[in-house]
Amino acid sequence: MKSAQQIASEVRSGVTTAIGELTTSLRAIRERNDELHVFLYVDEEGAIEAAARIDERVGRGDDVGPLAGVPIALKDNLCQTGIPTTCSSRILEGWRPPYSATVIDRLMAAGAVPVGKTNLDEFAMGSSTENSAFGPTRNPLDPSRVPGGSSGGSAAAVAADMTPIALGSDTGGSIRQPAALCGLVGMKPTYGLVSRYGLIAFASSLDQIGPFAKNVTDAALLLEAIAGHDPMDSTSLPEPSPSLVAHVNDGVAGQRIALVRELVEGADDDVVASVYRAVETLRDAGATIVELSIPELHLGLSAYYLIAPAEASSNLARYDGVRYGLRVDADDVAAMNEATRTAGFGDEVKRRIIVGTYALSAGYYDAYYGQALKVRTQMIAAFKRAYQQADLLIGATTPSVAFTFGSKTKDPMAMYLNDVFTIPTNLAGEAAVSVPFGTGEAELPIGVQLLGPGRSEARLFAAARVLEIAEGRS
Amino acid sequence: MTSPLRREDVAHVAKLARLSLTEAELDLFTEQCGKVLEHAADMNSLNLDGVVATAHPFGLINVVRDDEVRPSLDRDTVLAMAPDAEDGRFAVPRIMGEAP
Repeated sequence: MKSAQQIASEVRSGVTTAIGELTTSLRAIRERNDELHVFLYVDEEGAIEAAARIDERVGRGDDVGPLAGVPIALKDNLCQTGIPTTCSSRILEGWRPPYSATVIDRLMAAGAVPVGKTNLDEFAMGSSTENSAFGPTRNPLDPSRVPGGSSGGSAAAVAADMTPIALGSDTGGSIRQPAALCGLVGMKPTYGLVSRYGLIAFASSLDQIGPFAKNVTDAALLLEAIAGHDPMDSTSLPEPSPSLVAHVNDGVAGQRIALVRELVEGADDDVVASVYRAVETLRDAGATIVELSIPELHLGLSAYYLIAPAEASSNLARYDGVRYGLRVDADDVAAMNEATRTAGFGDEVKRRIIVGTYALSAGYYDAYYGQALKVRTQMIAAFKRAYQQADLLIGATTPSVAFTFGSKTKDPMAMYLNDVFTIPTNLAGEAAVSVPFGTGEAELPIGVQLLGPGRSEARLFAAARVLEIAEGRS
Repeated sequence: MTSPLRREDVAHVAKLARLSLTEAELDLFTEQCGKVLEHAADMNSLNLDGVVATAHPFGLINVVRDDEVRPSLDRDTVLAMAPDAEDGRFAVPRIMGEAP
């Protein structure tokens, strides 16, 4: 499949049409969606309309934007006016949002063509899409394995050449982990870089929308189009979107990059070998390599699996059968709330609501939630110290390549351990990118993770691009 | 370390969160959620006295906008997605008369 950059350039110059590119995309979806279960909803009609409008404007000589005619897949926790938005939960089945997320408005303004909504773990809680109420997504590279999660559908859409780019959301690794497992570039941007308006909340202090793409330039192109201040999100950073595409070829000469012991510890040998090889590649490209230990990272998982459920238990209180989504009737309103939530939420969502409510309840607040917030402070301080010694950090994205269905569903802790390398970035509100580098077991892709301080996206993409070029993907 | 979470804790918290659990779910969730809390116990060994809590990466402060009229969602459009509506409002089953 053509890159997003190529499609946009061809559509703008009239070499190809948005409708033509959309037809290719819809054909790929028709061919494999039943097998892979990537899209929960394909908005063929809306996409055709949007593409026709792009072509008409190109015909008039308008500048239709940097994503002109590029088909894009959207994680189904992003609200789009009139388009079913479920969060892969029964509790929102049939709901059609009366408004669109800011990122979707910006995509449309940039000329992109949204083709549909992709599967996820219910309310983005999971690392495999096995928690979707509508059934799991399969990894296009090996359908017996998971695509990762929670943005597994968006990753699979790009990996299966259904769309060249997709949007996901990352609360504890939900973009980077599926990107690693599907052989893609995936970035969790700095907290506040991308507006969360219209992103259905899971854990508001951790959630961030970000890009999936087959290559670094497309990821940068997409992030540049959606980033920048939004008055509708009071947590959005005050500045306009940064310049990213212009810097992808800046390289790493003179950069100090630290290999972090805790970000490879416990990973499979093939994963560790890829990280070491990436380190050598960056050294050859002119980076200065140092080794660091950041022991605080060990505490990330514990803090995250209290903070995220605590915030979720509060955010998910809104699903009460009153204003939208499912209602299960009962005699009085409290019984109706309970019947609705019991029928509407799946097991993992219930578990997190229970843990979160418990961690916030009187008598346990200080010992659990309060302690986790202090650990978060220490995590931020530890990163700050690390960034005095290095410009970027490097480690693994995931402990292993894509795993098989059912292998981690019995024990939630086993599933949570998948996020051990990705969680710290969310707790700190910083940025990180996963880039495919080498293969492991069964020739499946391995993701190497580059981490940076807030607003380091341009440097992260430039370093990721060095690795991509070394792998022969230009 | 044994799980700090008891079956009755899960039952109580579920009630607070307006979830009803079967007996089997109570057993399963007590065990599974207990493991999460057990894992979190590694934080209790730390001396974090005097460390300030961080609830948000930026340490949020209030953000205000100018007090000017702006378009908002159309009432009928919003109510059209509600499970039940009446006279321009959300409709719910009776509220009065239930136990506190």
